[in-house]
Amino acid sequence: MSAPVIILITTLVITVIGIIVGAGLVFTGKKFHVPVDERETEVRECLPGNNCGACGYAGCDAMAAAIVAGEAPVNGCPVGGAPVAEKIGGIMGADAEFVERKIAFVRCKGTCEASGLQGNYVGIQDCRSAALAGMNLKNCDYGCMGLGSCVSVCPQGAIKLVDGVAVVNRKLCVACGLCVKTCPKGLIELIPESKFVAVQCMNRDKGPQVKKVCSAGCIGCTLCTRQCEHDAIHMDGNLARITYENCTQCGKCANKCPAHVITPPCPAKKEA
Amino acid sequence: MIRLILIVILNALISNVVLNQFLGICSFLGVSRQIKASASLGGAVIFVITIASAVASILYNGILVPLHLEFMKMIVFILVIAALVQIVEMFLKKKSPSVYKALGIYLPLITTNCAVLGIAIDNIDKFGYNFIESVFSGFGTAIGYTIAIVLLAGIRSRVDEEAIPRPVRGAPVVMLAAALMSIAFMGFTELQPAIETVLKGVGQ
Repeated sequence: MSAPVIILITTLVITVIGIIVGAGLVFTGKKFHVPVDERETEVRECLPGNNCGACGYAGCDAMAAAIVAGEAPVNGCPVGGAPVAEKIGGIMGADAEFVERKIAFVRCKGTCEASGLQGNYVGIQDCRSAALAGMNLKNCDYGCMGLGSCVSVCPQGAIKLVDGVAVVNRKLCVACGLCVKTCPKGLIELIPESKFVAVQCMNRDKGPQVKKVCSAGCIGCTLCTRQCEHDAIHMDGNLARITYENCTQCGKCANKCPAHVITPPCPAKKEA
Repeated sequence: MIRLILIVILNALISNVVLNQFLGICSFLGVSRQIKASASLGGAVIFVITIASAVASILYNGILVPLHLEFMKMIVFILVIAALVQIVEMFLKKKSPSVYKALGIYLPLITTNCAVLGIAIDNIDKFGYNFIESVFSGFGTAIGYTIAIVLLAGIRSRVDEEAIPRPVRGAPVVMLAAALMSIAFMGFTELQPAIETVLKGVGQ
């Protein structure tokens, strides 16, 4: 057989096999068709479609499915922001309940001054590397290491280091949660935007030990738990913890705290 | 009959597709997080490899050899395997959404799972099996894959609960576990000469 004939036969054979296989696929596709919620397609079209994964889902498709299933909030896309959330809210209609925006909060007040530096760290300037080597840059074992891993992962540039402690800019934060996952000390948590009162310490040691390593730490005195009238603050071992759902932002615990480790309510609210 | 059983054993244990031939590693490491999901993937792979071996054998001996188009086998096999995986995917999506979700991206990845194509080609090039032998060889290979992935999933579920040093936590420790499993499976290679002798003796 000459070359052109072989090429012809090959093309023919492959085409025929392709057509048979394609027909088979069409048939099974019809037979096992799964109806997809129309809204899912619409929501998917509203999302940016760059599959960044900042929402916590595998991609925009997965996010759209989660929104329609009610597992993800309509404003869950940090990239699209408010305009996208509005559109999706329109599609989801009455189904969409109002979901409060959340904001990352660093639970440490141990600045270089409050919790002194142990020594001069010259390794890789990254909290995760330092933590891997078992380092604690400050005297406190639980506190912010101040090397800014969270700063570098934040896609919004919303985190800054102030006196060796990470501080979140409330306006820029989109609650993507990347910093929460990154912090080797587990200091960052997402709390609802309207809740200002929070315990700014993660040290679980007993009072005297905390005092030794940090002047701004929770000493576990339990004074705050006795102040609260709404059952919103409890002791978790030697550390006070606020149940945000119950908290009414009265600020009594913050006023009473001898270590000033509970953040006060929003100043605007105080005046009103 | 003995010949077919020996072919299954040979492919499942002795030249285990994952632990001995190092094919299909991607899904082996990717889906071995939960025993249930890995067993479902094993089921899907058993289905795909068995059918793919059968179809590949028919296509090769029925169409490609008579037309002297043996050199096209790779493309034809890939075509058939891709279609088969699509069908399995549609079937799972309809019948068992939870398994479909658990397998995630790895289900379409069976298409590019070199184990499937590898065994279809090995059946012809390396072993020269006929149709029925190819089916059993494919089935044995898939059984071997399932054994390996379920074992690794079991090991991983135990390992995850242990206090592992931070630097090897996650992927590294899984690699170590897989490597140790591979060494353990090397023990079966002692049987290979014996089985091959028997295979020759039993004859076609």
